[in-house]
Amino acid sequence: MLAKLRDKDARRGLLLITPTMLWMIGLLIIPLILVVITSFGQRDPNGNVIYTFTLENYIRLAGISAEGFDPLYLNILTGSLLLAFQTTALVILIGYPLAYFVARAPLKQRNLLLFLILVPLWTNFVIRIYAWIMLLRKTGVINSLLGWLLGLVGIQFTPFDMYPSSGAVLVGMIYEFLPFMILPMYTSLEKIDPALYEAAADLGANAISTFFRVTLPLSAPGMVAGTILVFIPVMGTFIVSDILGGRTEILVGNLIQRQFLDARDPAFGSAASIILMVMTLAVTIFYARRFGFGDEVIAP
Amino acid sequence: MPEFAVELRNVSKRFPGPSGEIVTAVNNVNMQIKDGEFFSMLGPSGCGKTTSLRMIAGFELPTDGDVLIHGKPMGQTPPYQRPVNTVFQNYALFPHMTIGQNVAFGLEMKGVPKSEIATRVTEVLAMVRLPNFEKRRTRQMSGGQQQRVALARALVNRPEVLLLDEPLGALDQKLRKEMQLELKTLQREVGITFVFVTHDQEEALTMSDRIAVMSGGVALQIGTANEIYERPNCKFVADFIGEMSFLEGKVTSQNGAVVTVDLEGGLTVQATTDDKLTNGQAVSVAVRPEKMHLKDISLPADANRFIGHVENVVYIGTDTHYAVKLKGGQKLRVREQNDHPGSQPLAQQGDEVTVRFAASAARALTE
Repeated sequence: MLAKLRDKDARRGLLLITPTMLWMIGLLIIPLILVVITSFGQRDPNGNVIYTFTLENYIRLAGISAEGFDPLYLNILTGSLLLAFQTTALVILIGYPLAYFVARAPLKQRNLLLFLILVPLWTNFVIRIYAWIMLLRKTGVINSLLGWLLGLVGIQFTPFDMYPSSGAVLVGMIYEFLPFMILPMYTSLEKIDPALYEAAADLGANAISTFFRVTLPLSAPGMVAGTILVFIPVMGTFIVSDILGGRTEILVGNLIQRQFLDARDPAFGSAASIILMVMTLAVTIFYARRFGFGDEVIAP
Repeated sequence: MPEFAVELRNVSKRFPGPSGEIVTAVNNVNMQIKDGEFFSMLGPSGCGKTTSLRMIAGFELPTDGDVLIHGKPMGQTPPYQRPVNTVFQNYALFPHMTIGQNVAFGLEMKGVPKSEIATRVTEVLAMVRLPNFEKRRTRQMSGGQQQRVALARALVNRPEVLLLDEPLGALDQKLRKEMQLELKTLQREVGITFVFVTHDQEEALTMSDRIAVMSGGVALQIGTANEIYERPNCKFVADFIGEMSFLEGKVTSQNGAVVTVDLEGGLTVQATTDDKLTNGQAVSVAVRPEKMHLKDISLPADANRFIGHVENVVYIGTDTHYAVKLKGGQKLRVREQNDHPGSQPLAQQGDEVTVRFAASAARALTE
C-alpha cells in the first residue's frame, strides 16, 4: 500500500517536472549543444557555417595568429570581467545601506519602500539607459546644472566629458542592476531576529562590532544571491555598453552580438559565447565554494 | 559596595501608542534589589515587568527617573557598557555561530585573552551541564539545551546582575520545573543577583527571595513570597497570587488591627488590616480557601462563623473544595484537607454548613 503510494508520488513528481524539462531541453540544452558544435566550425565567404572540427576560433580569441600575438580579444574578456566585479562591488556598497534601512523601517513603510525600489523597472530597460545620455552628455543635465551653479559664484566651468565613456557604462550597469542586489539582501536582513541585535549589545558589542559579527554574516546569504543575480547578467549584457560606451567600449556581449549581426561569423561568436559562459561559471563556482549559497549560514 | 545591586528611582516609561496616544508602560516605579538576591517581577502581560527589565538592561531608557546599578546612575549608558547580562525570552542565540562561539562572544568583546576565553567557556558549559558542546550548532539542540547555552553565554561574563526575561516560557511543564530548581541552585552557587521576569506566580513563588507584583505599570507590592501570599496589600495582589475569596462590605468600626465589616444580608465579618480605615469605607475582605473550615475546630470566640449552603463539591485527592453560598448571597470557596485515612467529604451539595475562620485569616483591603 505504502509502496504503491510512494510509486504514485514518484510518477506524479515526474509529471510535474515534465513541462519544465521539455522547455529546458528544447530551448537550453539543445541550443547550447548547437553553440558548442558551431564554435568548432568555420565561416565560409558567404557568412554560412561550415561544420568541421577546428580550434581556429579559440586560437583567434587567445590572440594567436600568423602575424603574432594580439591581445585584443583577451582585453575585451578581462575588461568585461573587471566591469562585472566593479559593478557587483559598487552595487553591494550602495545597496546594502538601503536594504538595511528598508529592513529596519516600520512594517507599514517597508512595502512602500520596496515598491519604490521596483518602480524604475516599469520603464523599458533601453529607455532608462538612454535617459542617462540626457544626464551625462556635455550639454546634459549634470553639466548644465554644475555650469549654472558655478556661474552664480563666477567660476569658469569646462563641462565634463562623461559620455560616452567606460565610467558611463559602469554607472548604467549599477543603475540597472541595483534592485537585483537590494531585494535579496533585504530579504535576508529582514529575517534577522531583532533580539539578536539586542543580544549582541547586551554582550558588550557596540554598533560596529554588532554589524561585523552579527548583521553582516547573517545577511551574507542575500549578498551571495544578489551577487549571482548581478554578476552573471553584467558579464553578458551588451545594451548598456552599446548605448553609453560608444563604439570604443566593447564588452564580451558586444563582441558576440557583432559577430552574429555585423561580422556574420557565428562560429567565432559561438566560441566567444562558450568562453564567456566558462568564465562566468568559473567565477560563480569559485564564489559559491568560498562563500556558499548561504545555506549553512541560516538556521533552518 | 552599596547595599543594592539595582535600584529603580521614580522610573516611568511612556511610549507613543499605535494611534498617537501616549501609553504609560511603567509608572513611577521604585524598587530596591539587594545584592545577591533572586528577585522576580511578576504580573500579567502588559503590566510593565518586561519594560522595567529592559530599562535595567539599557534597551529602553526611562522617560523619567533613573536606574542605578550598584549605586551608579545609568542615565543614557548603552547596553554594551552596563555591567549586566540578559537571558532572552527566546534565547536569541546567534544562529551562525557554534555554541562555543556564542558563549565566547561577550568575552571577545571585552578583549579577554584567547587562552582565558577557552578556559572560561569550558568551565561555564560544564556548570550548565553541557560539557564538550563547544562545536555544536544551535539548531542541533533542544529547547532546554538552548536555554542553558543562553544562560552560559550570559554568566560567562560574570555580570553584576543577571536579567532573565521569561526564560522558561518556551519550555514544557516538566522541563520548566527542572530548570526552576536548577536556576535557583545556580544562583546560590554563583552568588550573582538575578532579576527574573515571569507571569507565572508559582514560578515566582518557588524561586524568588523577593517578588514585585506589578500591574498597569505600577509595582503594587514588593516582598517575600510569604509576605505577598499571607499579607497582600491590595485586592489585585490578593486575587493574582493563589486562590482567594472576597466579601464586599463597609467598615463599621476599627479596633487597632481588627476591623468590623458589614456585609449585605445583615452579616458581619471580623478582619485585620494594616491601614487606618474610616467608618463607612468600602472594603474587600479577602480569605484564602485553606484558612476557612467546615470542621468544628477550636477558634477564638470572635472568629467568624457563617451559615450557608453547599453549592458544589469537588474532590481532588489531597483536598476537597466546597463552594458555599452564604445567606447574603456571598460565595466562598473552602478547602479542607483530606488528612485522615479514609477521609470522606464533610458535606454534600445542598447541605447546610457553617464556615469558620479566624479574624486573623481575613484581610480587609481597599482597592
